[in-house]
Amino acid sequence: MILHDLLQIKERELAGRKKITLRCCQAAGCLSSGAKGVKEQLEKAVAQAGLQDQVEVRGVGCMKLCCQGPLVQADPQNSLYVNVTEETAPSLVAALQGGRTDVEQADPNAAFFKQQMFIVLANSGLIDPERIESYLAADGYQALHEALNEMSPKEVVETMVQSGLRGRGGAGFPTGLKWGTVAKSPAPKKYVICNADEGDPGAFMDRSVLESDPHSVLEGMAIAAYAVGADQGFIYVRAEYPLAISRLQIAIKQAKQMGLLGSGIFESPFNFNVDLRIGAGAFVCGEETALMASVEGKRGTPRPRPPFPAESGLWGCPTLINNVETFANVPPIFRRGAAWFAGIGTEKSKGTKVFALAGKIKNTGLIEVPMGTPLSAIVRDMGGGAPDGAQIKAVQTGGPSGGCIPAQHLDTPVDYESLGKLGSIMGSGGMIVMDDRTNMVEIARFFMEFCMDESCGKCAPCRAGTVQMYHLLDKIIQRRATAADLAKLEELCDMVRSTSLCGLGQTAPNPTLSTLRFFRNEYEALLQPDPGGPPGPANFNPPPVPAAA
Amino acid sequence: MAPTLEYLTGRREAGGRPKMIATTPQKRQGRLRAALEHASGDKRFKILEAHMKKHQFRQDALIEILHKAQELFGFLDDDLLLFVASKLKLPPSRVYGVATFYHFFTLKPQGKHTCVVCLGTACYVKGADKILAAVEDLIKVKPGETTPDNQVSLLTARCIGACGIAPAVVYDGTVTPRQTAGSAVEHIQKWEVK
Repeated sequence: MILHDLLQIKERELAGRKKITLRCCQAAGCLSSGAKGVKEQLEKAVAQAGLQDQVEVRGVGCMKLCCQGPLVQADPQNSLYVNVTEETAPSLVAALQGGRTDVEQADPNAAFFKQQMFIVLANSGLIDPERIESYLAADGYQALHEALNEMSPKEVVETMVQSGLRGRGGAGFPTGLKWGTVAKSPAPKKYVICNADEGDPGAFMDRSVLESDPHSVLEGMAIAAYAVGADQGFIYVRAEYPLAISRLQIAIKQAKQMGLLGSGIFESPFNFNVDLRIGAGAFVCGEETALMASVEGKRGTPRPRPPFPAESGLWGCPTLINNVETFANVPPIFRRGAAWFAGIGTEKSKGTKVFALAGKIKNTGLIEVPMGTPLSAIVRDMGGGAPDGAQIKAVQTGGPSGGCIPAQHLDTPVDYESLGKLGSIMGSGGMIVMDDRTNMVEIARFFMEFCMDESCGKCAPCRAGTVQMYHLLDKIIQRRATAADLAKLEELCDMVRSTSLCGLGQTAPNPTLSTLRFFRNEYEALLQPDPGGPPGPANFNPPPVPAAA
Repeated sequence: MAPTLEYLTGRREAGGRPKMIATTPQKRQGRLRAALEHASGDKRFKILEAHMKKHQFRQDALIEILHKAQELFGFLDDDLLLFVASKLKLPPSRVYGVATFYHFFTLKPQGKHTCVVCLGTACYVKGADKILAAVEDLIKVKPGETTPDNQVSLLTARCIGACGIAPAVVYDGTVTPRQTAGSAVEHIQKWEVK
């Protein structure tokens, strides 16, 4: 495979395109609403109408508006049909011939679509994720070719530094710096790992990227491997995502057949193989040292850092770990230049971020917006606010490690620093909207129960602390707690946060702390008066002493 | 009397029987033999062994092999874990430790049907707790348990990534969107009739 072959495949694919395309979403959300049957019915209807040489029915990845699936988009008409069923699908083909269809359409000019900016999701919903040709037609693997043939590994790292990309897994570590550290570690064997263990409840961005555009992640990994000098990669993906696993398997196989993975890629001395590792349902494996233990086939328990994976990771070798979205950002950076990427977003947070919008909101689905977009633009304009006339009370970001941002702070721009100031984190991109009927104390208990279940049990503060905090929250909800219990809870939060071994324990108190910060009245309303016991720190005013009789 | 050096190190006392040598190795070997005997009559063990061979019996492929074992057998029983341990030359404690660490692996047989209620945040704020309560009430088991007639296993998931169509329930491996307590009960009642 050389560049010429790549371009030839692209041209052949583009020349084979038909006049009209019906793109039918085949990602997990729409599939569970019956998108497979819809696609079959569309194909059948096209065949019956004798339009095979004019109309192409293409199964594509996520088309973002998940709440109204199955979705079908007709091009060049630019009409997006929503809630298509097997029964109504044939009428879409009739509509192409001037007939009528009763299927509802979404407005392509609505804020939900107009305010998005696609870098990671540029191909999602456009290309067929199960055909590598479809990705090549969208200029796929050209970034890898450019990196291998025209740049030294050092220049590749330099480009990443200039782009200002920061890790999309949540912590926001500068990607270029991480690549540079691994590249500088002298070792004969190095590894690249893609963290696709998207364990945060309420987050489904990585699943959508893997289901919609798996090759962009593979290409990003290959460029990273060239930059750091690795020849083996692993993708650690959750077992809960069977469709993502199968699409990755297909993608790896096709890329190997075309010589875009394997030995001597693009007839250069660079070799790179990718293997899949399937997780087994442990949230803590999203933590990088736990993830590496799991890749080695062990219990996924974290270990203290340093040494950081960049120096001593998988089997003791220097290892580069990045998130799915981080890798998916890499090919566009090389195709369009680091300066272009650095021009998007805010001063410290560059590029775009994909969010999974869910919860009590009208338009649930995937959105990609430039960094620095205010939260209100996301949840009010794009998300359409809370349904049934309710008011938005808070937005939860960062899953069980993040916090709740109350409605009065919705003008906050979305970037790593601003969210951190409010006691939340950017996280991997789950955004759950809560309306005024949501009980914040119950939400805090929900997340604490999650952390309690998912604590791996290695370090005591997390293992025992989460259980005690859960019981205290439960006691508050059952109206059996006093101010002393609340004080104890706050003390424990601080202790667990400061002394736990890994990110799970260190961030487990965040949902409780942030709800305490903004919705303390809800906690206090549930407290019982202290029956004569020693007053807790939050209860310093002793009851007035009755006058002596 | 203070224990003698011989006692502590398990060295043989003059003319006597060895002391302090644990009897477990003997016992474990018997156990392993029984497990391998059990395996010899079952075709699924052959398939599993072929899968291990595909991974060149690499110890780091343990999780992949356990996935395959659970796919073949439905759950992981002790004999199966011993079989995997002996083939991969791993201590049984390590295999057992991994199998019990991850939520995905189950050491108990599952019912004919499975109902997985997603309890991710998006599903939770949209009422997944009410769905779970209704199902618990209907089949009278708690999450992780199976009905006494082996018909339905009730499970919960931490998030299946179907947040856009919350609340979601997985019936027999099929993700079903926008469920309510009523629709879930209806679905399970259909199973019980059959």
